[in-house]
Amino acid sequence: MAIIEAHDLRKTYHSRSGDVHALAGLSLTVPEGTVKGLLGPNGAGKTTTVKVLNTLLRPDSGTASVAGVDVLHDPEGVRRVIGASGQYAAVDEHLTGRENLEMVGRLYHLGGARARARAGELLEEFDLAGAGDRPVKGFSGGMRRRIDLACALVNSPQILFLDEPTTGLDPRSRLGLWEVIKDLVAQGTTVLLTTQYLEEADYLADDISVIDHGTVIAEGTADELKAQIGGHRVVVTLVDAADADTARAVLARHGTEEVQQDTGGRTLSVPVSEGPGALQHVLADLDGEGVRLHDAGMRRPTLDDVFLRLTGREQADDTTSELEESA
Amino acid sequence: MSTDTAAPPARAADDDQRSRATSPLASWASDVRTVTWRNLIKFRRNPEILLFAVLQPIMFVLLFSQVYGGSIQIDGGNYTDYLMAGIFGQTVLFGSTFSGYQMAQDLKEGMIDRFRTLPMHDSAVLFGRTNADLVLNGVSVVIMMLSGALVGWRFHEGWLSFLAGVGILLLFSYAFSWVMALLGIVVRTPEVINNASFMILFPLTFISNAFVQTDRLPAVLEAFANWNPISALVQAVRELFGNTGVAATPDTFPMQNPILTTVAMSVLMLAVFVPLAVNRFRQASSR
Repeated sequence: MAIIEAHDLRKTYHSRSGDVHALAGLSLTVPEGTVKGLLGPNGAGKTTTVKVLNTLLRPDSGTASVAGVDVLHDPEGVRRVIGASGQYAAVDEHLTGRENLEMVGRLYHLGGARARARAGELLEEFDLAGAGDRPVKGFSGGMRRRIDLACALVNSPQILFLDEPTTGLDPRSRLGLWEVIKDLVAQGTTVLLTTQYLEEADYLADDISVIDHGTVIAEGTADELKAQIGGHRVVVTLVDAADADTARAVLARHGTEEVQQDTGGRTLSVPVSEGPGALQHVLADLDGEGVRLHDAGMRRPTLDDVFLRLTGREQADDTTSELEESA
Repeated sequence: MSTDTAAPPARAADDDQRSRATSPLASWASDVRTVTWRNLIKFRRNPEILLFAVLQPIMFVLLFSQVYGGSIQIDGGNYTDYLMAGIFGQTVLFGSTFSGYQMAQDLKEGMIDRFRTLPMHDSAVLFGRTNADLVLNGVSVVIMMLSGALVGWRFHEGWLSFLAGVGILLLFSYAFSWVMALLGIVVRTPEVINNASFMILFPLTFISNAFVQTDRLPAVLEAFANWNPISALVQAVRELFGNTGVAATPDTFPMQNPILTTVAMSVLMLAVFVPLAVNRFRQASSR
């Protein structure tokens, strides 16, 4: 059963440089107990979508419900059952980790004693017990994200919104946070995750919605999305760039689509239809033509290929905030 | 992270909330208390906030009472006595601008987003802000009074009148905090709030009776100063502390009825800006 449902959400920002359609008829469903990844370039509408669903933003039109509660008519009802962790760690850096958690607990109206107890529990769970009584100001990036995530879990929410939870983290902290999120999911929490990192979506999400220009342009599991853009690719790396034209002709004969060539000109790839068999034929033909190879192999498409295909541009690798936030 | 906090605690927390579903007023008061507490912790951990709130007025006290004091004439009065009410007014006026600065800062840093994803009362964020800044202003006023006492300032109308003077300073500062809080939500850039309030408030305090008798000002400025709300505040405090000297009170309504004017002005500011700020706050997620 869908625990998050959004239908035809629209949101337009008016600015001097023209209207920005942050959401242009976006629809979304997330089944209970699953992880949905929202993937898209900067300004695609990922953060806007999350902000509508966690009641921070009212859409111009459309409907949405979270855990059966109408987001537009009963935002407070929604707030009771969700936890939200933002793109920028929204914790008070002058407060200690414990004080932050206690404050959030009190604002959930848990009462002083329960809020204190819950803060202690979460500090233990998130491995912050030692640092819990220092102001967050002195925390590392990874610790900050953990305390931010812990704040989102004070009310043990059924549904968790994570807006770019690991942006800007070093690989080790990222892996640590991924494990924490995996644990939460294993316990039955439904997660809606936005990310710019394809590997993050691949690793965490059961289901991915690719978003661009405020609407969903593709949906499915990571495997389904990869399958959508063709199965395997044959990739060869030449010893001598002068053989490129010959190799290109060979690949074109066996491929289903245009041959791609990297900027150095020595690595070529082409999507093929019949998998390993195609690789054998390509290798035999190249051998027959006297083309020498450094490397040859099959590779399955990555989400990067999916992204490139669907949005017509490379996945942005910077970590700047989405367009609508600077609007 | 341990694995024993599965779905059941979710229900437990839920029950907890229901069993604590006290009256809306009680839960609102609890939210206000929590946010006030959060803001006060920041003051306690950053004593430089208080330091900067009183540093400028202390410099003014020294400048006016020690450097220029001899050259400024007050009819039949002691200039230090006369000066301090102006300093107190200036202190709370600038102190209140912190409400705007801090609202903008909280918006910028995403704290407001955090608050707005919680099932708390929206208005508690603003009340918590203005309450904490009232405490800050109260402490600043005490420090300024002690500084004034050091350079010879005294009040002459008894304790009751003195307390009324302090009360009127704090009432005004609280009301003005709400104006600034709204500004903070609208402007959203802490630095702009700081610079803009300085540019506007600085001349406002100088073209008033805060530091000189208005009849010594050029005619146009004198007229402005006699209607300036800051003059009314300073005049009210000056009267309640018995620091007016013998000069005739200028013949304008605010100067003739400074206490009434200041109280009415403060109540009006609250009546207009509390609902306005709360309403604006509801629409002001960080976008």
